[in-house]
Amino acid sequence: MITKRIIPCLDVKDGKVVKGVNFEKLKDVASPIDLAKFYSDNGADELVFYDITASAEGRKLFTDVLTEVAKNVFIPLTVGGGIRSTADFERVLSCGADKVSVNSGAISNPLLIQEAAKKYGNQCVVISADIKRVNGKFHVFAKGGREDTGMDAIPWIVRCVGEGAGEVVVNSMDTDGVKNGFDIELLQLVCNAVDVPVIASGGAGSKNHFVELFQQVPTVDAGLAASVFHFGEIAIPDLKQTLKANGITVRL
Amino acid sequence: MIAIVDYGVGNLFSLCSSFKKIGADVTVTSEKSVIENARKIILPGVGAFEDAAKKLRETGLGDVVKAQAKSGKYMMGICLGMQLLLDKSFEYGCHEGLGLIAGNVTPIKGYVAPDLKIPHIGWNGLHFPKEHFLFKYLKEGDHAYFVHSYHATDCQDVIATTEYDKELTAAIGKDNVLGCQFHPEKSGEVGLRILRAFIEQKD
Repeated sequence: MITKRIIPCLDVKDGKVVKGVNFEKLKDVASPIDLAKFYSDNGADELVFYDITASAEGRKLFTDVLTEVAKNVFIPLTVGGGIRSTADFERVLSCGADKVSVNSGAISNPLLIQEAAKKYGNQCVVISADIKRVNGKFHVFAKGGREDTGMDAIPWIVRCVGEGAGEVVVNSMDTDGVKNGFDIELLQLVCNAVDVPVIASGGAGSKNHFVELFQQVPTVDAGLAASVFHFGEIAIPDLKQTLKANGITVRL
Repeated sequence: MIAIVDYGVGNLFSLCSSFKKIGADVTVTSEKSVIENARKIILPGVGAFEDAAKKLRETGLGDVVKAQAKSGKYMMGICLGMQLLLDKSFEYGCHEGLGLIAGNVTPIKGYVAPDLKIPHIGWNGLHFPKEHFLFKYLKEGDHAYFVHSYHATDCQDVIATTEYDKELTAAIGKDNVLGCQFHPEKSGEVGLRILRAFIEQKD
């Protein structure tokens, strides 16, 4: 059967991997190329690269870093951050990305998902949503989590999938960086609302949080995390053994 | 030299890089003479079958590939490139393929249980109904990366399958013509081993 995917996320700024707690306090970790190779050799099923400053400052993605990664790492690569047009898709796809994740770009350019899905196929377009509870409702945030759009998260995701997004990354800002587990409530809502793969992000602090994720939300396809992997708090081969021991199908 | 046929479909960067990684001399080309002089041929492809089949016809590269297959040269189709080797596809209508291997391309939807997600995306185990040189460095159950909504059916030349509720065709092979539904260039070490077996195969 198809396996549950474990995905390290590399937030890239100035050619380096960083990870902030609740998007603040950035801290250097390692070279994206070394880290990507390390993860690929150690059981990562896929890698996500986010240019975390792109949305706010309009930075170009580090396509040279990406090119080097794609020359050496042969697992699926998703790239996000600052994707506003199909030209941005072209730019990262030509450097070896397999999927492109859109966030603020899909909010500011309502045609982006449709255009990209038509040109590159649904499998290439990932909608990534930063979501936070505001007065008891799930709101979509833009610009790296700095701006509340006021939009309800579930209808927004359903709309993006309807327009051709082939995968959804759900990043809970409430659980991100807290290391107290994934946002099960939110993930259940999203998984019930769409029939494309859903990737859970935000909150992983231990191996058991991944077990809990896949057991409590059986239709979620993947778990994504950054700092717990980058700082060596969780080794992916260990994590996969734990998942397997708990009856969850993984690639070993 | 291995020729990756460039007929305007798909992203060839990773495919090209993966061959370079295993030390193969590889070139991306749309030149008839380069394809004819290549030792082996890769037919890539992503997107819709109809578009790709049309481009192969319009560029004349479909006929080149067909002639090369008939001359006995080893070739491998990847993903949509594998589907194009078959007789026809029922993706949005009915469209003719290259007909190098007998079989059809039909939707996974309606074939597997309705609660399964389509496309079939992710890492899934490979199973080998018979021995094949392409998988000589693999073991039963090794995982490959898939992204597809259609698969090969009515085909007698299945050399690998994968399980997604039911059995799906993962690879086909008849003499010198081979095809993988999954992406070897995205399947980590397992994928590189498949490509290595392919380039090592004596002409």
